[in-house]
Amino acid sequence: MPFSLQYLANHLSQFWVQTSENWAQRFVENHVPFLGHLPYSLGELIIMLMCCAIFVAVVPLLPLGLVLAERKVSAHIQDRVGPMRVGPHGTLQTLADGIKLLFKEDYIPKQGDKLLFILAPYIIFASSFAVFAAIPFGRSILVSDLNIGIFYIMAISSIIVMGVIMAGWASNSKWSLLGAMRSAAQLVSYEIPIGLSILTIIMLMQTLNMQEIVEKQDGLWNWLIFRSPFTFIAFFVFFISSIAEVNRTPFDLPEAESELVAGFHTEYSGMRFALFFIAEYANMFAVSAIAATLFLGGWQGILPGVDILGGLPGFVIKTLFLVFVMMWIRWTLPRLRVDQLMNLCWKYFIPISFFNILGVGIWGLIFPEDTLVSIVISLVIIVLGLIGVFAVFGKGVSKAPVPQASSAS
Amino acid sequence: MEFGLKQLVFYVFALLTVGSAVIVVTIRNIVYAAFSLMMTLFSVAGLYVFLQADFLAATQVVVYVGGILVLILFGVMMTSGRLDMKLKMERGQLFWGGLVSLLIFILLLSVITNTPQWKNVDEGASLEPTTHQIGEMIMRQEFLLPFEVTSILLLVALIGAALISRKEVREE
Amino acid sequence: MSLQHYLVISISLFTLGIFCVLTRRNAISILMGIELILNSCNLNFVAFSRYVTPPDDISGQVIALFGIALAAAEAAVFLAIILAIYREFRTISPDETDTLKG
Repeated sequence: MPFSLQYLANHLSQFWVQTSENWAQRFVENHVPFLGHLPYSLGELIIMLMCCAIFVAVVPLLPLGLVLAERKVSAHIQDRVGPMRVGPHGTLQTLADGIKLLFKEDYIPKQGDKLLFILAPYIIFASSFAVFAAIPFGRSILVSDLNIGIFYIMAISSIIVMGVIMAGWASNSKWSLLGAMRSAAQLVSYEIPIGLSILTIIMLMQTLNMQEIVEKQDGLWNWLIFRSPFTFIAFFVFFISSIAEVNRTPFDLPEAESELVAGFHTEYSGMRFALFFIAEYANMFAVSAIAATLFLGGWQGILPGVDILGGLPGFVIKTLFLVFVMMWIRWTLPRLRVDQLMNLCWKYFIPISFFNILGVGIWGLIFPEDTLVSIVISLVIIVLGLIGVFAVFGKGVSKAPVPQASSAS
Repeated sequence: MEFGLKQLVFYVFALLTVGSAVIVVTIRNIVYAAFSLMMTLFSVAGLYVFLQADFLAATQVVVYVGGILVLILFGVMMTSGRLDMKLKMERGQLFWGGLVSLLIFILLLSVITNTPQWKNVDEGASLEPTTHQIGEMIMRQEFLLPFEVTSILLLVALIGAALISRKEVREE
Repeated sequence: MSLQHYLVISISLFTLGIFCVLTRRNAISILMGIELILNSCNLNFVAFSRYVTPPDDISGQVIALFGIALAAAEAAVFLAIILAIYREFRTISPDETDTLKG
């Protein structure tokens, strides 16, 4: 099923060239001599804008679903039922909330910096959505097949920090500024283990192109998470750091409700707040999608060559599973302290990532090609390592006293 | 001269680069200057894309926008004393500074316009993606030694920065 | 777009950076000026490697990469020194921090 935006764009541009040869170009050339070749370029521009429009119209629907999913998941984890009133089983609740936010007063603090206050949500929104341009959703469903794909994603997502600082500073509020500072420190720190984990993948795959990385992972045993024991470790480092990168519990210090009200978006309301909210959930989906692409085979199925509908359903299932794990973690674990957060990053994740890089380099020297032997050895090491980890750390967990439910809070 | 979409985008990026750089050096609010610098660095990355240096463009965004600018903003907020909106900067020597800069600009401009071998240089065929070649050059060919030296330099800078900025505990 | 377009952008950035360094009275603004100058140099390297050197030689881009790495190291050390100075003098104006021994 050859459906892709590029395909569509090619056809549309051909169509444009044909029609413009008939009348549009001649008309413009005769009547607007200065513009010369502009009509064709305008056609390109319009097609680009159309692609963007499709994309920008579809992707915000994801957060709409994810917000509801989060509320339902949290409700069921805490033995509640969650929103039930709007629509069947509460399915339209997010829509109702969105409409409420849309009609709320647009409040800008008088003492704050108006220009930056308005600009900040757009920077965060735009950069978290530009990430989707390089993620392959299926065999031919992707916006742009960049040859520096994964590096582009890292570059674009590092702009979010600037938006966060901008929002925190422009609000002219202590909570906002403290939240923004914490957030910036956290984002900058956790970018390092993420980058190093991605580097292990790049070393094995020898390409930065997302589509090529996925194409090399056909079949469950070829998924990069199982390819070597070091990528197995790298996956967990990447995933946990990603949770920190999107500021979710247990790493949600920047917006800790009980300390900082809401962090850098304390002063925002109405639609501007909704932009932050949408960007947050889009980010969550994006990092899950990147983890699924890099480590879990992307749109490739469990068996090689079996991808239904260009692999889109498989990709979405994997991504949504990772999103679910993030929600599960959020509603299970308490928040870390600041020093614990920084210790985890600088004292554990970064050394582990360096060790991973060294290990993957040696692994690549020993097994330059993926053979049955290398995959079997890697699986055996992974299973033995897991058994060892559970044997060492599992005992303490089972012996720990089970906290009694208290009615105090 | 052909004036298509590519040219239009190029001029937009050129204008953004120079315009935001002008804001960086003239505006008195230092936080505005920092965010304007972000615009400059980002547009320079755009110009790198035009020069078919895609890897370099991504590096520019990662290192400058994600790293150096965050450092600069942290520096601004930690050294401004109190965190209010009046982070005005003082300026001096506007006349002499402007004169010297203008003279340098005129000198460089005359060099550019009067060098015959830089006139009408052909753009040449479009390059292959450069990532692979950059990797080869850094890890295998003539840039291996500079690469290692740079890594040592970065390590030294890391340790030095941590040492200098650490609070001194004096025994009195 | 020719080589000269890029060179004009580059010298504009360079001159603005010089102007910034000469006129500002705040160490962090001076750092911003230095970043502008470094960027203009990198832009020059990349433009020359695109237009002047043979097409398969991209050493200009590699040198620009090293330039970016140096800029990062320089900014880190610069800001560490500025923080130390601020702790000592409570100001970061280069005119007022004129004693060597605090």
